[in-house]
Amino acid sequence: MTAAAEGSPPLRMTRARRNALLQSEPVQGFALISPTFLYALILLVLPILVVIAHSFWTQHYLTIDRTFTLENYRVALTEPIYRDLLWRSLYISLTVSLFTVILAYPIAYYISFHGGRHKSLWLFLITIPFWTSYLLRVMSWKVILGYNGVLNSGLMGLGIIDEPSTALLYNSSAVIITLTHAWAAFAILPIFVSLEKVDRTLVEAATDLGDGPLRSFLRVTLPLSAPGVISAALIVMIPTVGDYVTPKLVGGKDGVMIANAIQAQFGKAANWPLGAALSVTTMLIVTLMAGATVLIIRALQRLAR
Amino acid sequence: MPEQPQIERAQSDRAMIEIRNVTRSYGSFKALDDASLTIREGEFFSLLGPSGCGKTTLLRMIAGFDNPTSGSIAVGGQPMEGIPANRRPTNMVFQCYAIFPHLNVEQNVAYGLKRLKLQGGEEKRRVEEALAQVSLTGLGKRLATELSGGQRQRVALARALVMRPKVLLLDEPLSALDKKLREQMQVELRRLQQAVGITFVLVTHDQYEALAMSDRIAVMFGGKIAQVASPKEIYQRPVNRQVADFLGGMNFVKAEIVEENGTSLVVDTLGFGRVKTDKPKAFVRNGGAATLGIRPERLRVLWDNATAKFEVAGKVVERHYFGEITHLIVEIPGLEKPLSVTETNDFGADDIPVGTPIRLAYDPEALVAMGD
Repeated sequence: MTAAAEGSPPLRMTRARRNALLQSEPVQGFALISPTFLYALILLVLPILVVIAHSFWTQHYLTIDRTFTLENYRVALTEPIYRDLLWRSLYISLTVSLFTVILAYPIAYYISFHGGRHKSLWLFLITIPFWTSYLLRVMSWKVILGYNGVLNSGLMGLGIIDEPSTALLYNSSAVIITLTHAWAAFAILPIFVSLEKVDRTLVEAATDLGDGPLRSFLRVTLPLSAPGVISAALIVMIPTVGDYVTPKLVGGKDGVMIANAIQAQFGKAANWPLGAALSVTTMLIVTLMAGATVLIIRALQRLAR
Repeated sequence: MPEQPQIERAQSDRAMIEIRNVTRSYGSFKALDDASLTIREGEFFSLLGPSGCGKTTLLRMIAGFDNPTSGSIAVGGQPMEGIPANRRPTNMVFQCYAIFPHLNVEQNVAYGLKRLKLQGGEEKRRVEEALAQVSLTGLGKRLATELSGGQRQRVALARALVMRPKVLLLDEPLSALDKKLREQMQVELRRLQQAVGITFVLVTHDQYEALAMSDRIAVMFGGKIAQVASPKEIYQRPVNRQVADFLGGMNFVKAEIVEENGTSLVVDTLGFGRVKTDKPKAFVRNGGAATLGIRPERLRVLWDNATAKFEVAGKVVERHYFGEITHLIVEIPGLEKPLSVTETNDFGADDIPVGTPIRLAYDPEALVAMGD
């Protein structure tokens, strides 16, 4: 190698070096992801930078004053209406992810441990609701929960209530029910994958060492499937904080969430900087909440030992 | 083959595991077919056989992970029917060890003790003791992922032993280790068993492993138990050709029965002449024909003018070199198959040219009759 390099002219040496660089693993890796990377940069990072920039500016009717100000953040964080909306959004998304994970876990467990030869059939069946539009699925909850809806008629037919209840639709609970149903599959899949990776001999070993079915589940299966639970919780939690369609359709005035307020600022209220500040605030809070969730589940996992 | 440690512990004749007419069917396939077996207290017992012979099925039924289709299993005099695996007085060392990856060594070993809620440091003391038994003292805080294969094996052993079971079940525990470590662990396992005095039931397909470690061996084929005996008995007096073949090389010689009484047989052979031999317990007469067997190492090369009381003459047709020994294939006039001879290389067996006439000495005691 050295002998060859000494004898060859400098030009060939640089070419060899360039080829080596092109063939090195990091370079090849970057080359491979560059189309998607550029796509993400242009359509994700740039808009976010624009939003962050707007959040420090001021709107004067039709023009935007580009002097730096923190006024938008003061409004976003201190105005009771925005604070309430933010809290409600967080509360709804946390509740939804909790319920979704609790409901999805047994389904994923059943498919993984008792699905037998029909595992892929079960997974296929779970995706069926996604063959229709999300709007249709939300609307069908309207049909179920509405004043003359399926639930009210059913309860009246059974004689449990005398007149249709208005408590079912147009509030936070309706939003929670609808979102929990809508996100179920996204929680089932990661939990299923992590359960599939749990070595069945480990469960046998726990049984052999004296654990009954519940104990071995709590001490072996659950801790080992924690990564799936974490990703399921995050996959549901992060997008539901900013959900806009569901509260609009089934939330009524009591189910309004932060995304509806942001939409109003960019639309009717025409205060883009405030809308941007609300967006950035939400984004930061979601990040903190996601981090906290990971830490809490890890702590629970340690506790289970 | 490692030497068997010379620590012998007095064994009781009390039965620890009683297996009565156990059958396990999967549809029309019988993984285990009417197996009966008694394993004694404090015994190192091996279930030996090729894969698919039903040995693991039997072990898993003792542990409670599988149930017999018919028949009964009792451990320590107590019938096991309807008792789930977690309530049985048995513990298992799994083939792939099944170390909990989210726990460290100490937590793995203490896993079964946690439920017992032991008082005043008893749990810690027992964990320390178990780790010392398998020479893992000081590695308690290591994660399972940071251990070598041999260490994982020891953790699995300690985790089972710490429960002080009546019976320790070992499912091919050494098959994932390399040869050197495997032989070292064979000696250690045997020593450990003698020290703790617990009944060990080992499943293996490695005949040397079974011979080196066990007090008694059950050889299994196709869901049936072919022979139960001490390693020496199994090796020297196999009941049939299948058992003989599975436990190393064996030369088979066709024989004609001349005389038969309660304990012995007199047979005529073409190569070895008239031979008187012990009659095996389970000998079933099949017309006038019988089969004799002799192990390759029981045939010795006669050098130069040496003579022996019993000898056969033939010609070397093949020679295979194995380091400390040489394998000779010798054609004997009158025998349908050439004999395999294993000779040590002390006297130059590795230099015998192919085609040389040769004489072999044998002890008629080494010629054993067996069923087909």
